[in-house]
Amino acid sequence: MLHQISDTDLGPSGASMIKPIEACVHCGFCLPTCPTYSTMGDEMNSPRGRIFLMKETLEGKIEPSEIEPFIDNCLGCLACVTSCPSGVEYGELISPYRAWAEKKRERSLSEKLQRYALLKTIPHPSRFRTASKLASVFKPVAKYLPKGFGAMIELTPDQLPAKQAFNEKYPAHGDRRGRVALLIGCAQQALAPSINAAAIRVLNRNGIEVVVPKSQGCCGSLAMHIGESKQARKAALKNFDAFPADVDAIITTAAGCGSGMKEYPILFAERDETDLNEAEAFSIKVMDICEYLDQIGFIPPDASDAPPIKVAYHDACHLAHAQKIRSAPRRLLQSVPGITLLEPAEWEICCGSAGSYNIEHSDTAKELGRRKVANLQATGADLIATGNIGCLSQIEFHSRVQQKPLRVVHTIELLDER
Amino acid sequence: MTSFIEKLRQIYPPERLYEDEARLIPYVSDGLTAFREKPAAVVMPLNSEEIVETLKLCHEHQVPFVARGSGTSLSGGSLPISEGIVISLNRLNSILEIDPDNRTARVQPGVINAHLSAAGAPHGLYFAPDPSSQSVCTIGGNLAFNSGGAHCLKYGMTSNHILGITAALPDGEVVQLGNDSLENAGPDCVGLFVGSEGLFGVALEIQLRLLPIPETYRTMLASYDSLEAAGDAVAAVVASGILPGAMEIMDKLAIEAAEAAVNAGYPQDAEALLIIELDGEASAVDAEFEALTASIEKTNAKEVRIAQDNDERLLIWKGRKSAFSAVGRLSPDYLVQDGVVPRSKLGEALKEISRLGAEAGLRVANVFHAGDGNLHPLILFDGNEAGALECAEELAGKILRYCLKLGGSITGEHGVGVEKLSFMPEMFSEADLNAFKRIRKAIDPHEISNRGKMLPGKEAPALSHSGPHPLEKAGIISRM
Repeated sequence: MLHQISDTDLGPSGASMIKPIEACVHCGFCLPTCPTYSTMGDEMNSPRGRIFLMKETLEGKIEPSEIEPFIDNCLGCLACVTSCPSGVEYGELISPYRAWAEKKRERSLSEKLQRYALLKTIPHPSRFRTASKLASVFKPVAKYLPKGFGAMIELTPDQLPAKQAFNEKYPAHGDRRGRVALLIGCAQQALAPSINAAAIRVLNRNGIEVVVPKSQGCCGSLAMHIGESKQARKAALKNFDAFPADVDAIITTAAGCGSGMKEYPILFAERDETDLNEAEAFSIKVMDICEYLDQIGFIPPDASDAPPIKVAYHDACHLAHAQKIRSAPRRLLQSVPGITLLEPAEWEICCGSAGSYNIEHSDTAKELGRRKVANLQATGADLIATGNIGCLSQIEFHSRVQQKPLRVVHTIELLDER
Repeated sequence: MTSFIEKLRQIYPPERLYEDEARLIPYVSDGLTAFREKPAAVVMPLNSEEIVETLKLCHEHQVPFVARGSGTSLSGGSLPISEGIVISLNRLNSILEIDPDNRTARVQPGVINAHLSAAGAPHGLYFAPDPSSQSVCTIGGNLAFNSGGAHCLKYGMTSNHILGITAALPDGEVVQLGNDSLENAGPDCVGLFVGSEGLFGVALEIQLRLLPIPETYRTMLASYDSLEAAGDAVAAVVASGILPGAMEIMDKLAIEAAEAAVNAGYPQDAEALLIIELDGEASAVDAEFEALTASIEKTNAKEVRIAQDNDERLLIWKGRKSAFSAVGRLSPDYLVQDGVVPRSKLGEALKEISRLGAEAGLRVANVFHAGDGNLHPLILFDGNEAGALECAEELAGKILRYCLKLGGSITGEHGVGVEKLSFMPEMFSEADLNAFKRIRKAIDPHEISNRGKMLPGKEAPALSHSGPHPLEKAGIISRM
């Protein structure tokens, strides 16, 4: 598409933003898979519409504030990237655009407070625990609070599982086939520590030594995806120091973290060369747990005694669209004796979790959650497997709201001994 | 205009009446971005009554309107008019009825083509017209442009599948054209409305024909050393007496683009790829397949491959159907043409296209419905280079004129829109065009329904397509 953006005042991320605009031919193939377009039906809430709007803003024809609501509505699920025949890397436009626009943005006090609360709690497991206790107190009055806070409180589980500490090293069982470092994540560590525990067991059983760096922190993806680049970079730099270089891969069990860490080179595009090089060196090693296990040749658990089970696989957007990983988790699940894999309708449409989207845009997120639960329930599966903690909580929550609770687990938990 | 907008506000709440820049900009183009025009307003009706009220208002104030579905037109068919409004039909997307016994359906205009087939599937039925954009484009748009698709070789265009239309004429009067009966009395008014590119008003409800899903498919890929050889193979298949469901050709550039987009597994070393699909009852398809194999064996194909299962078949089609947009990977901009030539002159036309492309110094990718001679040359250019668009348009003009010279048409399925307006006087005589205009005037005296599309206006359009578009000169459209 033709444009008149001058990249001189956009800095190094200018080129990254221009490329998708040039590549977009406005054919509209992205429309049906876009969660906001498919619920709202208007062009400004579609990928190609947003590309048009960002182009006009970067050209200086309209103010960023005028297009804010439509940019904010985007879940960043990247379903449009999967459906785009022209190869438009929408993610490489929207993330830097959000960061660029954030600098010019005047947020209301309540918005600032909400984002502050979000970024100060979710990435810190201990604070998250405290906050969730606080949330349970406020639950009865959640509906009287400002929308975002209300959603935050509503989505917090009543009770968190017991805190779990990890050793720094877990040796491989049998002959060592590889050595990896595990990102334990932040929110996931508070909500479901069992996921990382399962990942360590499965890796060990597959002959992989696992290192869990003690000084690691949040990967910064949450901040990055809402345009808070500075905070995201701070988090990333901390982990560059925390993670050892002598590992084959840096493993994550959360799709959102994986996709964010794979985007570090874009996050650091504007920084000096040392940081950028470090970002590239780190990012190249990042692998999703399923991607890694599939690559090394997964040895399935002995589950000959386990009863047969029907599993519907839910594609997490940040795994399927952002990292283009769809077949690996399916292959892994199908290799486990007794598992029958089912495919829900509308696999490409987001469940509405999308990082902090279900907190910042609770109405759209609720609609998407309802729709996803209906599609999953229609499969008749005994249980749902997915690769992201956000999806897991969102689906569980909305299935409870609909009073047809679904059991949702992380894929890795099914690859563990049953 | 102010009082008109004032009255629109009485029909639509603010969240369904767009007047601000940010909500108008995404509507400036459809699938043809070389032309962009910002409308005065966009409205999003939820029911037929709102559409009728809107049309009455437009008629009263003589404000032009453009009805728009998913905005995938490749000819600028849904390009807005600056002093007019866009009526977005996306929320009128209900399938009102499927009658499995009579194999008919009744739908609203904003239903997506593929959604209709999906809804028919539990009854063993589908909607046959399959434009490449079927996952996005709407039935209303298919009807307005008489869309085709790969399988229209055997099953015909959209017009063959529309039984009746409940239409709002441009003055808001609601009429029933045809009905859901399979045969009808009187002149073919449905036929007149279908393919009229929105000049006769807005379809509120569409009654259409569904077909039983073929019992079986057999999809063959044959690769060749030249486009001509692939074209000859098509002629050989037709001569053998088989009528395949589809016969499509892609050239090297198109194969490269489609492969990059969807990894369809197309042979990469071929100059041309022929996709042939047989469909129907298993016993008939088996017999046809034998005949097909026999004729393809004589054609010097480099490689012949048969889709082993439905997934492989779908992937082959996904590649083909993504080809246009996928060409966006090879070049920042392209123009796609839609000329038709008699099937017997395919080889000749392709040779001339490649000669003209070389002469202009532009790359041309070819993807086309070989079975019915519907060419889709994609002219690649970089719009940021001065004069490149004009050069591409000039080449497009030469190609279309050559199609006419061979006895073909300037469009097969994309429509005239704004893009091919200036070629209308080359395809039709003055008397033909005047007759079209009289019919249009009788139905729409103020010419408010999709003004500026298909029929050249009062100002005589230039016969040459080089330089600014005649509509640009007239100040009706502009490019940004």
